[in-house]
Amino acid sequence: MTEYALELRDVTRVHGSGETAVNALHGVSLRVRAGQLVAVMGPSGSGKSTLLHLAGGLDTPTEGVVEVEGNRLDEQNRAGLAALRRRGIGYVFQDLNLIPALTAVENVALPRELDGVRVRVARAEAMTALEDVGVANLAERFPDEMSGGQQQRVAIARALVGPRRLLLADEPTGALDSHTGEAVLRTIRARCDAGAAGLLVTHEARHAAWADEIVFLRDGRIVDETGAMPAADSLLGAQ
Amino acid sequence: MSIKYGLLALLERAPMYGYQLRAEFERSTGATWPLNIGQVYTTLSRLHRDGLVEETGESDEQGKVVYRLTDSGHAELTGWFATPVTSDDRPRDELAIKVALAVTTPGVDARAVVQAQRTATVRHLQELTRLKTRADEDADLAWLLVLDSMIFRAEAEVRWLDHSETRLARRPPRPAATPAVESDEQEVVQ
Repeated sequence: MTEYALELRDVTRVHGSGETAVNALHGVSLRVRAGQLVAVMGPSGSGKSTLLHLAGGLDTPTEGVVEVEGNRLDEQNRAGLAALRRRGIGYVFQDLNLIPALTAVENVALPRELDGVRVRVARAEAMTALEDVGVANLAERFPDEMSGGQQQRVAIARALVGPRRLLLADEPTGALDSHTGEAVLRTIRARCDAGAAGLLVTHEARHAAWADEIVFLRDGRIVDETGAMPAADSLLGAQ
Repeated sequence: MSIKYGLLALLERAPMYGYQLRAEFERSTGATWPLNIGQVYTTLSRLHRDGLVEETGESDEQGKVVYRLTDSGHAELTGWFATPVTSDDRPRDELAIKVALAVTTPGVDARAVVQAQRTATVRHLQELTRLKTRADEDADLAWLLVLDSMIFRAEAEVRWLDHSETRLARRPPRPAATPAVESDEQEVVQ
């Protein structure tokens, strides 16, 4: 039993060995609850992408434990890990998120079809996910018929379609202009407010600021964190 | 900027009472710049003295006077909008001076100063972002623009702090601060 959607406990990742070993992450601990958005801020080379890969089971820590919804990733066999990765975790990257030959709704339905869900059910779930991010009207469009911001919102819908509750986002605003980037962050924020758990890595403070909690990563170590935000009401009271 | 131009800009919209001016001013700046009614009346009487506003002759039941813009008030306001704000108009940057002093003062860890400031600034950024999520895109446009300005300024500060941190990390170990300092104090510096 756990209250965390994602937990990293004392995670270390070393690339290579001996003289040439590089410590990409060093003793990092982090927790994300359902309904919470946590941002990891750091410059390139700080280890933030490594952290995201470990959180998503795309990479394995040298030391320490990663748990997704209470399941230790290191205790899963290959099939179990693949299933967890597919059913539990959604990813949004900087770009190249969607398959160009599929429409928006087909892109979003695809992971559910891979889960073994029947096509009609998968499609219905995909429509719900598109509605949740406010782009249901784009369902029949192909990626190249959408703006960058619209594509990212479809990618967020795909990441959270069906039972998926953990969103891992790596610089999801990439090359988008500031207004469109803000719309993408707003969408992620809204999905977390609706119960998803989000882990966002970014080097931009303005984007990290949408999170409930921000941790600062430098040279593979957490050097500081903002702690949880005060409740919204107390903030307004201070106004 | 002074309250003066804020009031002139509001009177450009329509003639107003003093308390109306105060309410409208706060509405436009989202209460980031609270005014008391005394400041409003002091400024109004100065504007009146300088011929930039005049009384319309109307008044409410409490005898409060309605003010409107004069032609020279209008010209003054137009000139203000047409003139870019220069950095001389802004107060000195206390943070930059603080970090500069941290670097040159023995016994102070400049990187710790930078880090603590960054966490505080990012927290402030979170609060501003939260206020933004509560604002209405159409009804609160003026307030959103003010909020965005504060957000971008805070972001710029974080970027400068990141940049400073990198610069500090690259700095070769500093030689002893001053030859006269006791040796045990020098270890603190390092």
